Amino acid sequence: MDFIRNFPFFGIFFCMSSGVINSILPGKWAKRVSLTAITANLAASVCVAYYTIKTNVSTVFIMGHHPAPWGNEIRFGILEGCFATFFCIIMLLSVLGGIKRLEEDISEKRSNLFYVMVNLILAAALALVYTNDLFTGYVFIEIMTIGACGLIVIRGEGRSLVASVKYMIMSLIGSGLILISLSIIYDITGHLLMSNIQETIHVMVENGQYLNPLTTSIALISVGLAMKSALFPFHSWLPDAYTYATSTSSAILSSLISKAYIFLLIKIYYRVIGIDIIFSNKMINLMFAFGILGMIIGSLRAIYQDDLKRMIAYSSVAQIGYIYMGIGLGTHAGMMAALFHIMSHSISKAMLFIAASGLSTVSGRSCKYTHLQGSAHRNKVAGIAFLVGALSMIGLPLTGGFISKVYFAQAAINDPSSWKMIITVITLAISTLLNAVYFMRAIICIYQPVKKLPKNIVRRKDYRMTFALLAFIVANIVLGVKSDAIVQLITFGLGMFN
Amino acid sequence: MSKPRENYNESVWGKFNRWLHGLSPIEYKSSRQWHYTDEELREKFEADIARAHAAQQKEKRLYAKYRYWPDKKGVPLYEKIYRVIAVLVCIAVIISLLIMVAHLPIVGQYDNPVNNEVSQRYIEQGIQETGAVNIVSGMILDYRAFDTFGESHVLFIAASVVFIILRLGIGKEKEIEEEKAREAENDRNFEPANDSILQMITRILVPIIFIFGVYVILFGHLGPGGGFSGGAIIGAGLILYLEAFGFEKIEKFFTLKTYRAISITGLLCYAISKAYSFYTGANGIHSIIPLGTPGHILSSGLILVLNICVGAVVACTMYGFYVLFRKGDF
Repeated sequence: MDFIRNFPFFGIFFCMSSGVINSILPGKWAKRVSLTAITANLAASVCVAYYTIKTNVSTVFIMGHHPAPWGNEIRFGILEGCFATFFCIIMLLSVLGGIKRLEEDISEKRSNLFYVMVNLILAAALALVYTNDLFTGYVFIEIMTIGACGLIVIRGEGRSLVASVKYMIMSLIGSGLILISLSIIYDITGHLLMSNIQETIHVMVENGQYLNPLTTSIALISVGLAMKSALFPFHSWLPDAYTYATSTSSAILSSLISKAYIFLLIKIYYRVIGIDIIFSNKMINLMFAFGILGMIIGSLRAIYQDDLKRMIAYSSVAQIGYIYMGIGLGTHAGMMAALFHIMSHSISKAMLFIAASGLSTVSGRSCKYTHLQGSAHRNKVAGIAFLVGALSMIGLPLTGGFISKVYFAQAAINDPSSWKMIITVITLAISTLLNAVYFMRAIICIYQPVKKLPKNIVRRKDYRMTFALLAFIVANIVLGVKSDAIVQLITFGLGMFN
Repeated sequence: MSKPRENYNESVWGKFNRWLHGLSPIEYKSSRQWHYTDEELREKFEADIARAHAAQQKEKRLYAKYRYWPDKKGVPLYEKIYRVIAVLVCIAVIISLLIMVAHLPIVGQYDNPVNNEVSQRYIEQGIQETGAVNIVSGMILDYRAFDTFGESHVLFIAASVVFIILRLGIGKEKEIEEEKAREAENDRNFEPANDSILQMITRILVPIIFIFGVYVILFGHLGPGGGFSGGAIIGAGLILYLEAFGFEKIEKFFTLKTYRAISITGLLCYAISKAYSFYTGANGIHSIIPLGTPGHILSSGLILVLNICVGAVVACTMYGFYVLFRKGDF
């Protein structure tokens, strides 16, 4: 049983090394190796989650012979175990669902490099989830940034090159801000390990020392990670990147990469700075304002799009706004709602991207609304998956999106003294209506009965995509129906963070 | 048996039923329009035409006025505002960072937060615990080896992405041979093909550079140096050799296969040796790797091996970047 403590470390190393090996394998074998690595990591993460729930304490694992604060450490509690499992599931289903389209989009000679990126990104996501050391976090942020560029650019079209350059610039600015912030934190605390920094910062705040650098570093790290996860004013890279990448890349980018950054931000808030200091800091209001603006403006922009993938991309901006709004509420309930929304949004968004690729495959490989008319009749499973995903995004009962909206509203109402309450509730209502407008349009469009079929339609069975979409639907409904258990896990996990 | 109501058509249900089936009769009411004389009709027609014409003219004027407004005025205005705001935000960030710097601990004070038990132990017990005389090597390859593991994979993934972008024939596999030939032809357009001064100097310098690079890697745990710097030196030597003698000569001993073999062996060696070390360390198992006598060349446990691995990866990555940027393929 105690052997399970080694699993996170095994998983990260296995995933990275198999990624390295992938670079010399032919595409077909690279795919198999990559899927094996993801599945193995999924199994390991399930074991870790089970172990942490069973023992109910968080475990520190020393990476090497030297204990902290001299060496590196990773640490896992319930929340880490759950999110690692969750990221592995998302990765597995996204890759499975998009494999067929991937083989069409990417030339055989280059496809092994795609799986290199997939493996390294999964390893980096796991490392970001498990890390107990700020600098380790930064190193794996770098791996994730470069890997994400590779995922966007691998399609090899001019537009995806431009999109990846945009992503690169914004993301590197974010990395720079994070690095500055880390240097400040190291300078004022003298530690890089999360728990030691927290102790030192606690003493510092009590003595009133170095308050200005502390606030600056909180601001820089928040803005840096917000840039990487496409919060509203920093979202300009997102629509192009999601639209012109291949569908698996879009699913991974939106559901795994940006969410891992947000998870790291929450972890830093709890484990590095200390959540009480964060709640009393003014920075959190900035996050709240950006989140609220993003919810409205992202939805408004989504209404005007005539391309399905672009519409989903703008809807992502709105949903990231929800998450930051939850963080910005400044209460434990808000954080919990934000974490739940990370889960429900990831599952729905990955499902929408995979379903959109299924719908466009039967409509002449175009994602324009004019070509997509009636595509749900040609690919039934993708149509149903899109329907479920859209309903979850709007927030209808029985889906994950409903539960997260309920928790957001509850988190706002539970704190009636705050001026944020009324803004949150009104924005939630407006944003839900706007969501309904653009998703209903998409659903009506894809379910429109058409007599004349477009030319060059490919009709083939794609069992892997069908399986992935069905699994996504089941996961979404499980999130909606069995939400109590998951919320309880998240609450316990947040309690372990301190 | 009920008989149909006589006034069924007038009842509410009857009306609803007709509306439902779209049968509601068109009701004709007398209208003034039906009784116009030809004169009146013509007048009306001409008035309509005149009005339409006026409206058209107005629309044309408006169109001429506003059609190019966004291009001529709107976009420049937006850009001006955008630039002003961008500069203001930048200045605000710079000022707040400068203010923050004034609040940081003063550099070089003995009681700064960074001078705590962490750096103290690195300095005082570094040699005993890692066996490396060079404390920096001991720190990055033993105390914080996980970070360096990630860092060498950053190099690897960067090289992979450069491969994706710059390798010839992106998207179009068929034309790759032509493109290769064209690139090879263009390769030496702007420089002399076989510069004898360069070649002579390279013949003298490259062996020295390689030997120095190997020295820096191998003595990384004893003195200043290590895998990253030594690898960069060897990579620079390879680039110089390529610059002087061209691809034909260097491909006798360094091809794509060599590149892949070396960098992947390096990374896997790193992963396996460090996995062993982490596993034994975390589970409290005795590690069989001896630390040796500090100061000897074969000492400091895994650090020597790791330095060689990192050096190989760095040298290959540097050379690979150069080749891909220059020719697009090995």
